[in-house]
Amino acid sequence: MKQTIIPLGPYHPLLEEPEHFKLYVEGERVVDLDVEIGYNHRGIEKLSEGKTWDQVPYLVERICGICSTSHPMAYCLAVEDLVGCEVPKRAQLIRVVVCELERLHSHLLWVGLAGHFIGYNTVWMWAWKYRETILEICEKLTGNRNHYAMFKPGGVRRDFNKEQIDYALEHIVDVEKPTRMLTDAILDDPVIHKRLKGIGVLKKKDAILYSALGPTSRGSGVPWDARHDEPLDGFKDLKWNVIVQKDGDVFSKGVVRLLECFESISLIKQALLKLPEGGAIDADISEVPPGEGCGRYEAPRGEVFHYVRSDGSNMPYRHKVRAPTFNNLPTFKASCKGETIADVALITASIDPCYCCTERVAVVDKNNNEKILGEKELLKLSVEKTRDIMKKLGKVPPLYNMEI
Amino acid sequence: MIKEVMKDLKGKLKGKIIDIVQPRVNRIYIRVEPKKAPEVIEYLFFKYKCKLCTATGMDMREGIEIIYHLAREDKNMIINVKTLIPYPKLEIESIGKKIPAFRWIEREINEMLGVTFIGHPDMRRLILADSFPKGKYPLRKSFKHSDVTDEDYDYERSGI
Repeated sequence: MKQTIIPLGPYHPLLEEPEHFKLYVEGERVVDLDVEIGYNHRGIEKLSEGKTWDQVPYLVERICGICSTSHPMAYCLAVEDLVGCEVPKRAQLIRVVVCELERLHSHLLWVGLAGHFIGYNTVWMWAWKYRETILEICEKLTGNRNHYAMFKPGGVRRDFNKEQIDYALEHIVDVEKPTRMLTDAILDDPVIHKRLKGIGVLKKKDAILYSALGPTSRGSGVPWDARHDEPLDGFKDLKWNVIVQKDGDVFSKGVVRLLECFESISLIKQALLKLPEGGAIDADISEVPPGEGCGRYEAPRGEVFHYVRSDGSNMPYRHKVRAPTFNNLPTFKASCKGETIADVALITASIDPCYCCTERVAVVDKNNNEKILGEKELLKLSVEKTRDIMKKLGKVPPLYNMEI
Repeated sequence: MIKEVMKDLKGKLKGKIIDIVQPRVNRIYIRVEPKKAPEVIEYLFFKYKCKLCTATGMDMREGIEIIYHLAREDKNMIINVKTLIPYPKLEIESIGKKIPAFRWIEREINEMLGVTFIGHPDMRRLILADSFPKGKYPLRKSFKHSDVTDEDYDYERSGI
């Protein structure tokens, strides 16, 4: 049969990020696939060679909007590996809390997008609504919804006070219950099973050959998790499990992410309760001696790896960054062959797209006073709009319950 | 347990490596000749069940140093294999022809530092634009931003 090339991208319709897939198809079936990246190359590694050791965390934080704590975390671990310093216990646990909050909101974001991709907009709106609570906890604890700027080599920049800890402990419960409901609803749904099971299978052998990372490898039965394999001191007292699924299809990757949410919630609770009273939150690193260090940390999408080399000056001689998607993208060559075009669009999204949405709706009134619209106000606006339309159409507007 | 790993590696890799050091408990640094690098890494990947974290290319002025970062997950350690390829003949045998995980990072080192990987199945550019001038390597220490001007870009090649 004659081969045709179908382009997906350079602006991917689902991932909403610039990457280009060339699908070689025979009829409906994809026989080969070629990935082109590089539309987003910003030269961060070169830039980093001109920043001081303390400035680099702010730079690497901006590599990814969603993994904005994993990159600084891996970088800090690399510098600590080089210097050989001990991070105080309180700082370790604060790190765990911030990193797990990030994982939680990232996984819920993916679940929502995955629902949107397969036409389940209810799943999308549910997941993103519950994610909002997590972002509010992040804002309360760190001052920001994303890009927390919490980490520095040797520790963390800001401490949590009692009020913040109480707020987080109180509201994390609000996340757990709806997430449980959402997970049960997805895992019970026969249509989602039909749509996602058995497509885009990445075999265990291929996952190892391509060194796939994160939920992509754990969905294929390879239990690689940097938090478990190279445990930080903060993780040693906490109880949690590595979630592994065997099938390697899109469904398994989704299940891994959904079940990991509960591990994260449990880790956040344990870490907040175990925070020692007072004490230092950073070890003083005044000088970085010549040498080299590796740091890795499990980001929501997989292991982030940073390598730093110092020549004794105040800037890195070389700083290498490897994001998890770099290892996960080539796996499409193994998982997309033989699938239909419609499925490939979904499989390419299954390693987790990166999409940053931190905007809030605001209207400005006549006196230039800014007003923030919350859930209730938005619902009210929506109900009023529907009533107006009904009136114009000459129909009797329904009586909605305005209280929620 | 970690001491055993070190002893084991020393025995298995005898004659193939220049030296092996362990500065911290879960970090091992092995130095090898460029010619022996593929053999050592394939041994670590297949027999020693390591996964590839990544590889770092670095301009050391006398040559390009490539560090392959491999992780042995069940033993909680990163094994770094270092090899220095001296100027001016920057060539090393590709590992990507046998292990697909190495293909992309070898393409990246090729365009960023100008190392040729012999036998690589697909040596196209990965990250840099197609129109970026040939023979300029942004991650070399000698590279300056003023080295590449607008006139150097070859837009015909990129099809614009």
